[in-house]
Amino acid sequence: MLLIECPYCGPRSEEEFSYGGEAHILRPADPDALNDEQWADYLFMQGNKKGVFYERWVHSHGCRRWFNVARDTLTYEILAIYPMGAAPPKLDERHYV
Amino acid sequence: MTRKYRLAEGGLIDRSKTISFTFNGERLTGHPGDSLASALLANGKRLVGRSFKYHRPRGIVTAGPEEPNALVQVGRDPATDPNLRATQVELFDGLTAMPQNAWPSLEHDVGEVNSALSRFFPAGFYYKTFMWPAGAWETYEEVIRSAAGLGKAPTGKDPDRYDKTYAHCDLLVVGGGPAGLAAALVAARAGARVILAEQDSRLGGRLLSEPQSEIDGKPALDWVEAAEEELRQSPEVRVLTRTNAFAYFDHNFVALHEQVTDHLPADERPVELPRQRLWKVRAKQVVLATGAIERPLVFCGNDRPGVMLASAASSYVKRYGVAPGERAVLFTNNDGGYRAALDLLDAGVRIAAVVDLREEPSGPLTEAAKERGLRILANYAVVATKGRKLLTSVSAARLSGDGKSISGAPQELECDLLMVSGGWNPTVHLYCQAKGKITWREDIAGFVPETGGPKGVSCAGAVNGVYPLGDCLREGQQAGVAAARTLGMEVTESAAPQAEGQDFLPARWMYLVPSTAPTGHGGKAFVDQQNDVTAADLLLALREGYRSIEHVKRYTTTGMGTDQGKLGNVNAIGIVAEHLGKPLPEVGVTTFRPPYTPVTFGAFMGRDVDALLDPLRKTPIDSWHVRSGAAFEDVGQWRRAWYYPKPGEDIHKAVNREVAAVRQAVGIMDASTLGKIDIQGPDAAEFLNRVYTNAWKKLAVGKARYGLMLGEDGMVMDDGVTARLGENRYLMTTTTGNAASVMGHLEEWLQTEWPELKVYLTSVTEQFATVSLAGPYARTVLAQLTDIDLSPNALPHMCLSEGEVAGAPARVVRVSFTGEAAFEINVPSSYGLAVWEACMRAGEPYGITPYGTEAMHVLRAEKGYIIIGQETDGSVTPIDLGMDWILSKTKDYIGRRSLKRPDILKSDRKQLVGLLTENPQTVLPEGAQLVEELKATPPMTMVGHVTSSYYSPNCGHSIALALVKGGQAKQGETLFAPMLDGGRIACTITSPVFFDPEGERLRA
Repeated sequence: MLLIECPYCGPRSEEEFSYGGEAHILRPADPDALNDEQWADYLFMQGNKKGVFYERWVHSHGCRRWFNVARDTLTYEILAIYPMGAAPPKLDERHYV
Repeated sequence: MTRKYRLAEGGLIDRSKTISFTFNGERLTGHPGDSLASALLANGKRLVGRSFKYHRPRGIVTAGPEEPNALVQVGRDPATDPNLRATQVELFDGLTAMPQNAWPSLEHDVGEVNSALSRFFPAGFYYKTFMWPAGAWETYEEVIRSAAGLGKAPTGKDPDRYDKTYAHCDLLVVGGGPAGLAAALVAARAGARVILAEQDSRLGGRLLSEPQSEIDGKPALDWVEAAEEELRQSPEVRVLTRTNAFAYFDHNFVALHEQVTDHLPADERPVELPRQRLWKVRAKQVVLATGAIERPLVFCGNDRPGVMLASAASSYVKRYGVAPGERAVLFTNNDGGYRAALDLLDAGVRIAAVVDLREEPSGPLTEAAKERGLRILANYAVVATKGRKLLTSVSAARLSGDGKSISGAPQELECDLLMVSGGWNPTVHLYCQAKGKITWREDIAGFVPETGGPKGVSCAGAVNGVYPLGDCLREGQQAGVAAARTLGMEVTESAAPQAEGQDFLPARWMYLVPSTAPTGHGGKAFVDQQNDVTAADLLLALREGYRSIEHVKRYTTTGMGTDQGKLGNVNAIGIVAEHLGKPLPEVGVTTFRPPYTPVTFGAFMGRDVDALLDPLRKTPIDSWHVRSGAAFEDVGQWRRAWYYPKPGEDIHKAVNREVAAVRQAVGIMDASTLGKIDIQGPDAAEFLNRVYTNAWKKLAVGKARYGLMLGEDGMVMDDGVTARLGENRYLMTTTTGNAASVMGHLEEWLQTEWPELKVYLTSVTEQFATVSLAGPYARTVLAQLTDIDLSPNALPHMCLSEGEVAGAPARVVRVSFTGEAAFEINVPSSYGLAVWEACMRAGEPYGITPYGTEAMHVLRAEKGYIIIGQETDGSVTPIDLGMDWILSKTKDYIGRRSLKRPDILKSDRKQLVGLLTENPQTVLPEGAQLVEELKATPPMTMVGHVTSSYYSPNCGHSIALALVKGGQAKQGETLFAPMLDGGRIACTITSPVFFDPEGERLRA
């Protein structure tokens, strides 16, 4: 059960939030410009990284606001929280075997 | 009754009071301060249970949560708990406990035949013996399960009350022994908010069983008392006894299980208190002072009643004032084991001998034993035990030079108690759950936490493999100081409490004690007593090729009982390592999973039972439905009127009457549960244009439109009618069940993809009540209640008007889900019931008929209107539904690109069709699979399934909707629905619209 610092409400328990998958996957401006493979990649493929991962969360049982989280998927340490639309912070990569 | 086991003095029991309890139907007595186990021992009850698989007689082995054998059923059904450890059950007046897994009785157990047949029950017998015939497995399993079971689940509803609570603290200390107390004290003095959780009823940990120890020159228990007093006086400290920290989750979230009133007689349990309480603690820092558990030795006959951990024997003497036997033998591999021999000697118990695996026994306690004249058999092993329901003697024999076999003839030692010590296992369970890593320490033969573990958690005392009392106190204090400093608190240095003490070394490690016969012959050497797993079972698993300890565990079930291998796991790993010729740490440990000890389901539920389990949402008109005898159905959390039976009507008669009334006169339905989202902002039209498949920019104010919403994968997600209330304002309706998910979907796109759009969403589902009037007289009825011009020209289909209805401010929308001319009257919730009742009065002369969700389903199916979640299941596209007409070709929308994927365009996808049965009276079962070619028996090629099916009184025959492969091109073809009873229903593919295909009635 993670402790997530909602940028609008403060630290709250994970059960108040919903997970939104990988962050920074932009919807293509012109979907028709993509071939089927590219479109499927946008639709279905997300990273599953061991280490620092940039992901989206929404405070669904709170303020209903979306935001981005940088989290170590091995240790579950939350390394950064930043607003939607902001560039991801530059964090040192963590290398796990 | 024999009282010779109760010592005349000593222990933390109150001899001035006698309390009575029953075990196995027999009335016995004990004293306040006793555990059920100590009271049983005091009464000479040495046989307390039967084993899981072989029904072997078993006795009490431990004095704590690691107890594998003395599992009891406490209380009377339904207020009963199975599988409680007698060692942890506090005695109270009137306690009722039963042994488990014994039939017909503890003394004469029929299942003991399992023991005689044990060669047919080796490890993995489940997987081998009962593989054929496959169908009979369920029968086998039932018989085996009932023969090899644990306690019985209550048959009735739990009459007790439970609570759940959240707590936040600076420091959570788990364990109220010397290390935990020292940590809590120093942190509390620094001003930290501290929670101290101790599973026992008393603080003190090991000190309760070694009251002769001294701390700062005073009796150790005086120090404990002073520490408890100081902590309880500190306003920011919460001391929780009888509280088991059973699970450690991410970010220092620790779950505690507090037994609040379990220790009290039924009539003394305060009504205001719950029976148990679940604490969900979020701690900034955690100190684990969880101690260590003594490790048994694995030798032939080590499960006989009368075989007990050495430290447990000490506990019974020192804490409970009970001699756990009359004549004892100590079997040890370390110096620390001698403590028990000395304690029992002091209590007047005869010590027949000490069997010591070490070649040259030494150490301070060994020397003390020698001085007391104890007979020590050095380099000896216990190779067998005797006695049916109680130990009568053990055989000891000299080890060979390499210690791997027996060299001399066994000699028999008479005894009724065999105390066993094989070293200590640090209790690293919670640390491992916290993702801490452990490392093997060869010198103490134990897994201990690695230094520099996860953030915010540290360990102190015996869990670190640190055993001398003074060192435990110092480690505890250091952990408390470090935690407080990490939290930014100022700590004044002070000396740690001082105490003498030593560890249990030197020792000689031996995970499987050799015997006179090869392993598996001449007696069973148990590794896991609770699951009846022997050393021979482990070796069998290795012979059969299992190598990973996780596989060996699953194949043999070692460590998979309710005790989770607290006693057996390290021995199992040691035996596997020796056999594989690997260093023990290379074999590794199995995963430590919550709970540390079992937790009652009731505690997890707390008050969330019955009406509080899930919110029940009622519409403002609900009370009318109740008064009118409606049958209800749940739609999500909503309670909706299903149908309104008149006297003598079943569901079919009632629904047939309701649907006929809507077509012939006027029906009234409570549609308040539909999701309603208020959408405002200058970009609202653009937003709708992106989330719906059809065009929205040209919708005029005062008009409404049906919209279909897709996921980005092109699958139908929701539908509903959205009305334009003003230049920049819309009211969207969603299906009842999807209101929240649609709101979430819209917010997600607004916030994450289109933040530039100025659009604001508000859920107003509960702010409005919706009364729907439908049928030929709907207009006539409503006209009596409003000045709004309802004529078809003034208020045509899909238009809305605002005014007053029955005196309430109302928005009237011409929208229909029945195919009849219909008016949806939306009023603020508080007016809902009054407007409904006014409609009923006004409609009485016209035969107004309330109809429920079932009639609504029939009416819409007659029209071929889909229901999201019934005709769709997340894999259905608008093209599959024949709704290409609603897909805009001139704009982008969510899901549009996906509809061009080749798979979506295949002609053999399942498509929506209507079905007419050969016999018009036959109603297809919903969910029935459809085939083109009938065969005598399955398998048959399935081409689709029925999604909706009803009898339609308006059509005079049954109707059904179905998804059929390539169905749109197969109109007129015949399909069959094979039934379970061997019958079949023939039906013809048709259009999904069965009634008024031109829609004339709709626009009337």
